[in-house]
Amino acid sequence: MALVAEPAQDTVPQPRARSQGKPVGRTSPNLLGGLGGWVWLALIILPVYYVIITSLKNQAGFFGSNPLAPPTEPTLANYRTVLEADFARYFVNSVIVTVGSVIPAVIVSFMAAYAVVRGSGRIIGTAHTLFLMGLAIPLQATIIPIYFMITKAQLYDTLLALILPSIAFAIPISVLILSNFLRDVPRELFESMRLDGCSEFTMMWRLALPLVRPAVVTIAIYNALHVWNGFLFPLILTQDPDKRVLPLSLWAFQDEFSVNIPAVLAAVVLSTLPLVVLYVLARRQLVSGLTAGFNK
Amino acid sequence: MKVRGARAEGPSAWMVVPALAFFLVFAVLPLLGVVFLSFTHWNGLGAITWAGLDSWQTALTDSVTMNALVVTLKIMVYSLLVQVPISLLLGVFTAGNQRYRAVLAVLYFVPLLLSSAAVAIAFKALLDPNFGMGPGLGLPFLAQNWLGSADLVLFVVIFVIAWQFVPFHTLIYQGGVRQIPASFYEAAQIDGAGRLQQFFHITLPQLKYTIITSSTLMVLGSLAYFDLIFVLTAGGPGYSTRLLPLHMYLTGFRANDMGAASALGVILVVIGLGLALVLQRLGGKNRSSSQLEGA
Repeated sequence: MALVAEPAQDTVPQPRARSQGKPVGRTSPNLLGGLGGWVWLALIILPVYYVIITSLKNQAGFFGSNPLAPPTEPTLANYRTVLEADFARYFVNSVIVTVGSVIPAVIVSFMAAYAVVRGSGRIIGTAHTLFLMGLAIPLQATIIPIYFMITKAQLYDTLLALILPSIAFAIPISVLILSNFLRDVPRELFESMRLDGCSEFTMMWRLALPLVRPAVVTIAIYNALHVWNGFLFPLILTQDPDKRVLPLSLWAFQDEFSVNIPAVLAAVVLSTLPLVVLYVLARRQLVSGLTAGFNK
Repeated sequence: MKVRGARAEGPSAWMVVPALAFFLVFAVLPLLGVVFLSFTHWNGLGAITWAGLDSWQTALTDSVTMNALVVTLKIMVYSLLVQVPISLLLGVFTAGNQRYRAVLAVLYFVPLLLSSAAVAIAFKALLDPNFGMGPGLGLPFLAQNWLGSADLVLFVVIFVIAWQFVPFHTLIYQGGVRQIPASFYEAAQIDGAGRLQQFFHITLPQLKYTIITSSTLMVLGSLAYFDLIFVLTAGGPGYSTRLLPLHMYLTGFRANDMGAASALGVILVVIGLGLALVLQRLGGKNRSSSQLEGA
């Protein structure tokens, strides 16, 4: 009885207090904000809509009709064209490069962030400073030496050539976000584990990792997004069509199908689909993790 | 001895070693390498020969370099001017709790999923003077040769960059706004402050640090716009959108002058570090003062 009555009493004064204050406050609709929000939405959606409907048009429909009108005879022929043009191979390459970069990057970044937060000493301090500098330096300025190293190591035109620098470039932001989260793990937890005789290694895997799992998932997705969409490394470190990844294949399709814009746009849709699926599955995680990561 | 000491005081240094090794080999070493290569001649395939200041002279006396610096600066400044207000306002707006705002926030995220290559190709098709949106809709204003006109193209580039990156910054601002204690607004409402007053006297000052974080990312990001512009305009028409990273790529990998391209790379690093230091100073001051306020 009391349990029910109490919250009810709590909620009653609130609207009253609100109406006593200025009704101009949060209760009235924010018309300007709402308008701006919808205008931006239109700007975001229009190109996406255009890409999707155009990818479903045949040549006649593309040249003949209003570009923003939905296709009168929707066709999947463009998708077939793209899939027949070795799209599957580029897709697999992208998956290999992304998985092959993200998993090692997350593991080494987690260990480094753990050491940065819990440890001390010159090596750890230097590493931390270097990672922070890595955030500020436009690392793409280093592509020429990377090209040199990859060629010298006989890795040019291999997927490993894309994976190795991608791991390195993912480290600064990953360590930053992970260490932001690791700092919030209470010291007492580590101390009680140490009293139980656990090693640092055990503490890292049994205590720290489960507690910061949201951050781990966040950086995994964030890095996956970056590597999947990466363009510069594939452009300078591969040449063979067999080693093409998706963003580069879009660029190549553009030449290959120069007059067939619907097919090019079908390739755009296909290359984005995996990320849309990933986003739908992991949206909350990604958004909350990123927000927390940048606001600490 | 070392291990035992580490065990007593925290993790030993080996945990940082794998990440450090990757970073040293593929980021720090190339960073030193680009400085070294800027004093050499290299066509990308043959032997590397010492050239003293030759490559620097080539890079610095090339009129395109100066132009690339100006284009980079323009894109940086205009991007900030366009993206900060939009993402700030959208962030404040989507920080509210109504369901439809949550739906908007989901849709805003879509551009972040697209690769720059995909975005560039989509806009190229959309802005095509013959088959794009403009002629199809019969609106002469939209039927301009957006990417072919040296006067218009820079604004198109700035718009497309905003299209792709405003969502990310909106997200940062949304998180920042949600950290402002609700009690501030309640107090202001009791004092009779209107929405605008609340925005200028509470929201904006409280977001100071968020604004600096987001702007830092924007400024440093604008030194890295490469793929979007490479696919969208390839730097053209003429040199009108050939910004520094693109100029570096084309000098090195198309004109086969890796020495001069390395000099451009060094310039890029120096600008990036310089800007980061300036912005960090701004941010550092701010962070300590906001910590004092919190304490």
